[in-house]
Amino acid sequence: MKGDYFLKVDDLSKRFGGVIAVDKVSFDLQQGEFLGLIGPNGSGKTTLVNLITGFVKPDSGKVIYRGKDITGRMPYTIANLGIARTFQMVRPFYHMPAYKNLIIPLYSPRVKKLSGGKYGERDHVAIDLLEDVGFERDSFVPYKIAGSLPHGYLKRMELARCMALRPDLIILDELFSGMSMSEVASTMPIIEKLQEEGKTMVVIEHRLRELFRVANRVIVLNFGRKIADGTPAEVMNSEAVKKAYLGTEAE
Amino acid sequence: MAVGYRRERIDRGIKARCDDIFALSSYREVLYLVVPRVLPVLLLLVIPLVVGIYWAKVIVMACIIAILALSWDLMFAAGMISLGQALFFGIGAYIAGSLNHYLGLPPAFTIPIATIGGGILCTLLLSPVLRLRGIYFAMVTLALSLMFVRIIEATRILGGTEGMTALSPFPSLWVEVYLSLIVVLLCLFGFRRLINTDYGLVLRGIGENDRAVMSGGINIYWYKAQTLFIGSAVAAFAGAFTAHYQMVVGMAAFALDYSILPLAAVVVGGSGTFAGAALGALILVPLSEALRAFVGLRIVFYCLAMVIFIVALPEGIFHYLQRRYHQFERLVEVEVRK
Amino acid sequence: MGAVLVYGLINSVILALTAIGFSLTFGISGVANLAHGGLYILAGYLTWQLFIHLGLPYALAAVLAVIICGVIGALIYRLVLLRVRGLMLSEVIATFGLGIAILEALRWAGLISYKYKLPAFIKGGLQIGGVAVDYQRFLAVIIGLLLVAGLWFFTHRTKIGLAFRGIAQNERTALAYGIESDQAAMLSVAFGSALAAVAAIIILPLGVTTVDIGYEILIIAFAVGIVGGLESTLGIVVAAFLLGYSQTFAAMYIGTHWIMIVNLIAIVLVLIIKPSGLFGKFKELEERV
Repeated sequence: MKGDYFLKVDDLSKRFGGVIAVDKVSFDLQQGEFLGLIGPNGSGKTTLVNLITGFVKPDSGKVIYRGKDITGRMPYTIANLGIARTFQMVRPFYHMPAYKNLIIPLYSPRVKKLSGGKYGERDHVAIDLLEDVGFERDSFVPYKIAGSLPHGYLKRMELARCMALRPDLIILDELFSGMSMSEVASTMPIIEKLQEEGKTMVVIEHRLRELFRVANRVIVLNFGRKIADGTPAEVMNSEAVKKAYLGTEAE
Repeated sequence: MAVGYRRERIDRGIKARCDDIFALSSYREVLYLVVPRVLPVLLLLVIPLVVGIYWAKVIVMACIIAILALSWDLMFAAGMISLGQALFFGIGAYIAGSLNHYLGLPPAFTIPIATIGGGILCTLLLSPVLRLRGIYFAMVTLALSLMFVRIIEATRILGGTEGMTALSPFPSLWVEVYLSLIVVLLCLFGFRRLINTDYGLVLRGIGENDRAVMSGGINIYWYKAQTLFIGSAVAAFAGAFTAHYQMVVGMAAFALDYSILPLAAVVVGGSGTFAGAALGALILVPLSEALRAFVGLRIVFYCLAMVIFIVALPEGIFHYLQRRYHQFERLVEVEVRK
Repeated sequence: MGAVLVYGLINSVILALTAIGFSLTFGISGVANLAHGGLYILAGYLTWQLFIHLGLPYALAAVLAVIICGVIGALIYRLVLLRVRGLMLSEVIATFGLGIAILEALRWAGLISYKYKLPAFIKGGLQIGGVAVDYQRFLAVIIGLLLVAGLWFFTHRTKIGLAFRGIAQNERTALAYGIESDQAAMLSVAFGSALAAVAAIIILPLGVTTVDIGYEILIIAFAVGIVGGLESTLGIVVAAFLLGYSQTFAAMYIGTHWIMIVNLIAIVLVLIIKPSGLFGKFKELEERV
């Protein structure tokens, strides 16, 4: 039945020295699902994403994407299969203008195959993508050197860079952290539109109010282990989740 | 209230270019852009006709070093710092020399074969290091260039300590001078063009932040290998050229000079712009010729120049000149509260 | 057979002694001190000058040379490296340039003839298992083993040593813990330089002092570092023994000129099979973050 699932994570584990970062996490994802991934700090969410996208090699377990075993493959191979991710600590190319930051994913084999593109055309696509995340093409923002842009702008640029890959599975790692309320308000429609378009998404977030508006399913991690999996309402009522976030009452 | 001074840098009003787009509205602007590019090229092409044979030979040497410096700059753009350009140089020299010495092929054949073959060989040799951190690439290039000398000396293969002598020369000095000059100019303008394309952007991205490039679906190791191939082929050309220019190939082909001089040239001229690399070579080599009385101290001179520049003027001479050309500075009075 | 065992041991310890300064500096502070070879020969030169020209007793000359080299290392950090800290290109070029400048300046000053031979500490020799070993080599092994053991203990068991290693692994966290990373880096460069000097004083009397040895020192330090893994003391020891015995074996049974080829083959093999070294902790192929 493996072929039925869009993404299947099977008993994934990773330890760094003495610390178990991810402890036998398993879940299945259907196409078009919007999965929220939450948990206290240090619960292994980013490591799990790193394991799925190839940036860290798992100690054990499997990752199966559309029937293909992608466990431990190189990050660029996985990206070319259609899985794009953002980084929690933004990783722009600080010395290039914002729109040039997007040209690099546009140069990947995947995008080349999907839409051709010659030198010069990618510039236009890049500007379009930046417009999709809210940077007007007539403003100076796309042409400013990335290192001079504020943090919130860089996060939106990360999202644009993610979209440049024309992904089928999008993984966002704390996209809203560091954004002001107005930036969050202007970025949410983009996320909602992606969901309406039917893209499969995995979103790590701490801002639960925004997340629960769009997510139809939530997984909670604590100390590397999955402690809850269900709709937002189910998950927030779970005792285990409450204990993880709030701790037990002192007797 | 005291008065202090703040240095202000302002672009000159006639900056008429943005990437590939030129906005020209007067001959002054045309000249502003064209002169710094065309004038040095014209000068370079004309100078060998004017100075004597001795200085023409110095120019050839400067061109050889410039080619090595340009190849270093390309590899640096993609994140590879080489401390052993002599490795690529020597491999090219030995391939050309062997083909000429043992098979009798003329320079018109040995040089292209050495260029491509040297590039392939060097890329294969260094491909395992591409996955490691930058310091490993630097160490391995240095170690291999030092080791090859000793291995040739010890095993006495390929001519051993005497090397291969009596290699075929070029038809004339003018061929040597202008061939080397043209290759320098080709590499200079070719690399600049390359680095401004989307392909070059990918290379620069790899040099700056390779994990981000990987997450964009690009196989960084394949692109690094391509850059290594181009850079080492160019350096191998320099070696093959020198083999026929000096008509001899020996252990000196792997000499430290060929690693240090290009490095000093790039540091002094300014890394990352290719023009800086060429400029540095064209400054340092004639300068050291003028100081040739102090034979043994030449490398010391290069090394100290390198260290001083990397600490005091890391941007290099070219960036400095560029900045002064495009901007002017002025001191502005500022009130300073005590 | 006994000869191979004994000479191999001597060779291995000498290799370890040579490489330990470089690898320790890199492992502790992340600074690759490419002036290692230069400082090595400089120590020999200084000892010679102090001993012959100033007429100081040999032990005093040796100790002074070690101290001076340590100070020079600290100065290199303070004057040069501090300004370019964090920019890898600049760090590498600065130490590389200084090292070569030292070596070539010494070459210009005449360090090429055979007259520069440092005397051994004790003359004479002894027999170990039927193999003749002179006292100097014997002493070299003893001091080498003690030094390596002491350094391992220092970096793995003492608080200061662990603090240093913390800086190499994650500078920001170390700073947050109150460890002054610049101070520590300066000390580690000074320490590594002093170690290079110690190695030079013990090993140079076994042969002649020439400038080309400085370059060989760099090759050895690189080879041992690459094969063993730059950050690991255990890796250095294991790599030194591996290379040491291979070299001795090759030298005795094939030919002395094969020593460099052994180094080359070792480097190539390691790079193909396990590029980060036998005990390399930074597993480049697995951790891609």
